Amino acid sequence: MSETSDTYDVLVAGAGNAALCAAITARRAGARVLVLEVAPREFRGGNSRHVRNIRYAHKAATDYVTGAYPVEEYWEDLLRVTAAKTNEKLARMVLEKSEHAVDWIQEQGVRFQPPLTGTLGLARTNAFFFGGGKGMMNSYFATAEKLGIEFLYEAEVADLEISQGHWRSATVRHNGDERKISARSIVIAAGGYEANIEWLKEGWGERAENFLIRGTPHNKGRMLRVLLDEGAHPVSEADQCHAVPIDARSPQFDGGIATRVDCVIYSIVVNRNAKRFYDEGEDIWPKRYAIWGRLVGQQPGEIAYAIIDSKIPGLFMPTIFPAVEADTIEELAEKLELDPKALAKTLDAYNKSVQPGDFDSTQLDGCHTKSIKPPKTNWAQKIDKPPFYGYPLRPGITFTYLGVEVDEKARVLMGPQKKPADNIFAAGEVMAGNVLGQGYVGGLGMAIGVVFGRIAGEEAARRAIN
Amino acid sequence: MPSTELPMTGLLQEANRLMTVCNACRYCEGFCAVFPAMERRRVFSEGDLNYLANLCHGCQGCYYVCQYAPPHEFDVNVPKTFAGLRTETYARYAWPGFLSSAFQRNGLVVSLAIALGLALMIGLTFGMQNPEVIFGAHSGEGSFYRVVPYAAMVWPFGLVFLFSIAAMIIGGARFWKATAGKAGAKLSSAAVLGGVWDTLTLRNLGGGGGGCTYPEEKFSYARRIYHHFTFYGFMLCFAATSVATIYDHVFGWIAPYGFLSLPVVFGTLGGIGLFIGPAGLLWLKTKADPAPRVRDLVGMDVALLMLLFLISATGLALLVLRETGAMGTLLAIHLGFVLALFFVLPYSKMVHGIYRLLALIQDAAERRS
Repeated sequence: MSETSDTYDVLVAGAGNAALCAAITARRAGARVLVLEVAPREFRGGNSRHVRNIRYAHKAATDYVTGAYPVEEYWEDLLRVTAAKTNEKLARMVLEKSEHAVDWIQEQGVRFQPPLTGTLGLARTNAFFFGGGKGMMNSYFATAEKLGIEFLYEAEVADLEISQGHWRSATVRHNGDERKISARSIVIAAGGYEANIEWLKEGWGERAENFLIRGTPHNKGRMLRVLLDEGAHPVSEADQCHAVPIDARSPQFDGGIATRVDCVIYSIVVNRNAKRFYDEGEDIWPKRYAIWGRLVGQQPGEIAYAIIDSKIPGLFMPTIFPAVEADTIEELAEKLELDPKALAKTLDAYNKSVQPGDFDSTQLDGCHTKSIKPPKTNWAQKIDKPPFYGYPLRPGITFTYLGVEVDEKARVLMGPQKKPADNIFAAGEVMAGNVLGQGYVGGLGMAIGVVFGRIAGEEAARRAIN
Repeated sequence: MPSTELPMTGLLQEANRLMTVCNACRYCEGFCAVFPAMERRRVFSEGDLNYLANLCHGCQGCYYVCQYAPPHEFDVNVPKTFAGLRTETYARYAWPGFLSSAFQRNGLVVSLAIALGLALMIGLTFGMQNPEVIFGAHSGEGSFYRVVPYAAMVWPFGLVFLFSIAAMIIGGARFWKATAGKAGAKLSSAAVLGGVWDTLTLRNLGGGGGGCTYPEEKFSYARRIYHHFTFYGFMLCFAATSVATIYDHVFGWIAPYGFLSLPVVFGTLGGIGLFIGPAGLLWLKTKADPAPRVRDLVGMDVALLMLLFLISATGLALLVLRETGAMGTLLAIHLGFVLALFFVLPYSKMVHGIYRLLALIQDAAERRS
């Protein structure tokens, strides 16, 4: 094992949005910064590679958002989705500071664009990154490199040496070598553990074997595990994770946005036994998107199938994999490896329960079923016009909630007394559970990352230089 | 969803796969016309893909921001795939058909055309004139024609040029027939003007405000600027020739013309543009990231840029040395290069202009309907 002498002020573990915000802020404050990224350069940026927008408070419309989004409304949205599972002080700080966050990241070279087609629901509240998250990360990296921040790719932080809330060094594996790297302070912005199937099993049991991970395969939660083992105070729970229904044919990791299947509300969704299990038409899709991953994950074999007929294609986003197609429902069942009789029976019962109504794909249309369980309360129309199409669905895990508790200076809180660590700061997914204890509001994660990344960078630099 | 197309192969199949991935992602819709055009479709016919490939300006913006770019297993490399497919369309719609093979080893073909052009013009000059005339200093009205006789200039150039223009128009018409109108867009004068405007401004090389990531990952307007030099330089040279033709045939004014005459002013400015532009584009190519590009197509691009550069360089040299003994030889060489360009107009990278213009008109039509 080799030693690297104390040439750095701030070490940053991770290289996503929060990490780069921390690194750039620390560097601008005069610190010498080294960023350790476990991924190879081509896949740098963690899950931020896959994001597309940031939700931020703003007082008026801009080139990128269509209207005002006051802090108070943001707070109410957050309160509702988390069912008050949030640290109000930290949450309000994030929401208030989010207003300036977008200006700041533009100053770092990040560019925005008008809302993408089909994202009307977010057009007022969220600003979209030009070219998506990887475009944003490219801008951060370019700025960081220009500022003289150093990067080490394929560098895995295996362990941290911590005593009584004071961090001394990191054990880093790089190029088959293991060495200790020290600095005066450290920012942990290395994401969650959604790519660590064994850890997911702690919350989900063996079901986790069949989960697909939408983001980076590198978010194994090593830093989170080390911090928890060293006595950091946890927030949120291990069985909480954000999961959406994605095409079951997607790769196990890194499939990103393109693997989603958005036809659920216009379909019937059956499980492996060809039985329906939840009201597909409960609410508009953006509001139900995030519960269907969990619902599918609770079915036998962690799989489900969305069934539509030829009236539906064109009403939802194109899919990356073609639908399984058949002229009869029995044939479709065979192709999907479902029991043809069972599926025909389910479909028949559903079709008979559909009440007349005016189908309107663009809003809650009240087209519903009668005397069937579970009901379908909107967009219920007969599935009877061949060809029939089916999409196999699996839960696609976006991120995990379990993290470490921090204070308003992004210091990790240690031990049962929650004593702020001396020189250990956390930002991004690893501490997002402080603000988002459960539920989901799109684009908040980026706001948490920017705000806490900047705080962590500033505090880490202050601690290092003074 | 239901597909009535025949199974695709090769680059078409790959382009179809990529557009399916891209249409499920759509993060790139701010970059250029390609992605909004893609979003107007759910499935992609061969015509659609050839149209989209020619709508692509190869700015590479979508490549560097792509979460699915190689080494990701989705292996999304739109600029590279479309560059290959574009060249297939050049060959496919070329007229006459048997000359489509010119696009297979285009660098070689253009080089051979240069050799042929030079041989022809130098051969004609030296065959028809004695050395004293060629190497002598001439000045005043008709001095060019004293070296290269009028007939040797007008006939080969006139015939080759007319043939090449016809070949390009036929190729363009075939391309239009095969690709346009699939989205039910109606052609209007506004659409035509829109497409012409996008061609003249290279709006799609704006990258949504920051330029393109060419020659490498950094945003830059370099390519757009050098292309403008090349295009407008070429157009000015073309204007110079046209004005000179009118001077000669309508007014009976015989070349060479004075330094401040319209043909010479146009030709000089155009020549400078056609000198800076291709030189700049060639220089950018030497720095370009190979990942989003097709290695086999570099020859096609370089050959044409070299040819344009040689035309402007010899043209400018001719202007400076036109009253010296070097004029005769230079004139023959310059005309040889120009003749070579006329030969290869429909069988070189020059055709991208026609297909790009038509694709942009189609796009403008789709946007307006």
